[in-house]
Amino acid sequence: MADELHNATASDLASELAAGRVSSEEVTRAVIARAEAVDERVGAFLHRDAENAVAQARASDLRRRNGETRGPLDGIPVSLKDAIATLDQPMRCASRILENFVSPYDATVTRRLKDAGAVLWGRLNMDEFAMGSSTENSGYRATANPWDLERVPGGSSGGSAAAVAAGETILSLGSDTGGSIRQPAAFCGIVGLKPTYGLVSRYGLAAFASSLDQIGPMARSVEDTAVLLQVIAGHDRYDSTSWNAEVPDYVRALEEEPRRRRIGLPREFFGKGLDGAVRTRVEAVAEAYRENGFEVREVSLPHAAELALPVYYIIATAEASSNLARYDGIRYTRRSEGARDGIDLYFKTRGEFFGAEVKRRIILGTYVLSSGYYDAYYKRAQQVRTVIRREFERVFEEVDLLLTPTTPTPAFPRGDRIEDPLSMYLNDIYTLSVNLAGLPAISVPCGHTETGLPVGAQLIGPSFAEANLLAAAHVYLRDHPHHHERPPLA
Amino acid sequence: MSQQPDIDIDYLSRLARIGLSSEEKEAFSGQLVKILEYFEQIRAVDVTGVAPTAHAFPLHNVLRDDVPEAPLTREQALRCAPAHRDGQFVVPKVVEDA
Repeated sequence: MADELHNATASDLASELAAGRVSSEEVTRAVIARAEAVDERVGAFLHRDAENAVAQARASDLRRRNGETRGPLDGIPVSLKDAIATLDQPMRCASRILENFVSPYDATVTRRLKDAGAVLWGRLNMDEFAMGSSTENSGYRATANPWDLERVPGGSSGGSAAAVAAGETILSLGSDTGGSIRQPAAFCGIVGLKPTYGLVSRYGLAAFASSLDQIGPMARSVEDTAVLLQVIAGHDRYDSTSWNAEVPDYVRALEEEPRRRRIGLPREFFGKGLDGAVRTRVEAVAEAYRENGFEVREVSLPHAAELALPVYYIIATAEASSNLARYDGIRYTRRSEGARDGIDLYFKTRGEFFGAEVKRRIILGTYVLSSGYYDAYYKRAQQVRTVIRREFERVFEEVDLLLTPTTPTPAFPRGDRIEDPLSMYLNDIYTLSVNLAGLPAISVPCGHTETGLPVGAQLIGPSFAEANLLAAAHVYLRDHPHHHERPPLA
Repeated sequence: MSQQPDIDIDYLSRLARIGLSSEEKEAFSGQLVKILEYFEQIRAVDVTGVAPTAHAFPLHNVLRDDVPEAPLTREQALRCAPAHRDGQFVVPKVVEDA
């Protein structure tokens, strides 16, 4: 194994564990030590419970000695975004309003990870309630990009991306409502997959925009992404939007060449606002596929490119304004002191403990749903959402995959956009339409800018085509192993 | 709808049950006007006869058998409450004395 333990892939570690050359306790202690060494600077974690992680690792080692090991994730450290519930662990969604919250149950993905023997390690930082693209909206601390500590790691799953990139965990889960897995994966030089809407249960994920949210894997390789997706995907009766069908074998899909090999480059995703270095890297990915015998051609997605942002922000904020009504100061949140009456308690609590971006989005969502504006904004946005969905359906009759930049620019400096919400929102211009259409998409590292910042390429597939998507991503990284590069962080 | 959107921030704050400081009101009003102006682009698309999408793929009447399961215990439900007493949430008085 070439890498140090904390920088290894889950697949390599699984072989080492199986061969008895390393124990889960050693791996777990390695990521714990790494987090102790670097997290003061990176800030990926909101909560670390080393003792608990080591206890889980020892239980895994014992299972292995007894011949009761549970599969490729048994004994592998996996860290969760702070929006995913783990029984008896704090879950604050990086919000002050949930400062004292401890989960009374496991999310379905958490349950599945426990059943698979994974070592659940810590709680990862995020933008408050997943609203943001830089992890600067956390109510607790900002996370830094391990490749350049003066820059943002992306968001909202910035902690999940930074922890994997910095070697503070082996795998992580994020959630993606408009790009919140793919954009930080691109900024931090790792792989991040947003599954098809309905493939992974949302039970136990704090709701931001229920028709767009999906949990997904973040990892150092496509193999690891496939292994983690395999464990978390599948029908769940606790989520009525969960897809009820058999889950394909994603790991085996990587052993074969992808069957569907027509790639479309949507010309509108390579237009104005795209950074030159990002364009060069993503065009090189297209060239690599061409050399590999893929058919690569230009396609057009005008509405997806031009209108995704307004449609997304209308729908997502509308849903958020409704979903976040539950944080009321009564049942499980903090409560502001000195309220005059019940109504005043809502005002004071929500005013005092929600951060600025959360308040801004709730107000915006309230506006687009309010009497007199509903048809002009919310209903119309849902209609344009249909137009965008159909546009993708049509283009997937011509091609099997779409290749785009994940983000228009590489990671930007901390503090750069936090005062200008619209400029922050524009960061997600290439990822938003995927959530509106419910499609799967993966961001893979495809090299660096001249100043050493990672660049991500996004592959988008038709609904439930994760196996082909992963196989295609795997082909690229097999020949261009950018995912083996690690940040220069001592 | 082509004129500058009209933001009544006090009304929205009341609807959303969020107390806002005067600085927040001023900042948000300005930012929301800019954001809503940006949203105007969606008016350029002809959506006549287009059905709205509420979910990415159609699901109708997802049902399961009505089998009772163990709910959270009272202790679990109250564990994170900001105030509780005698197994119940404590809230400010909402009914005036007679």
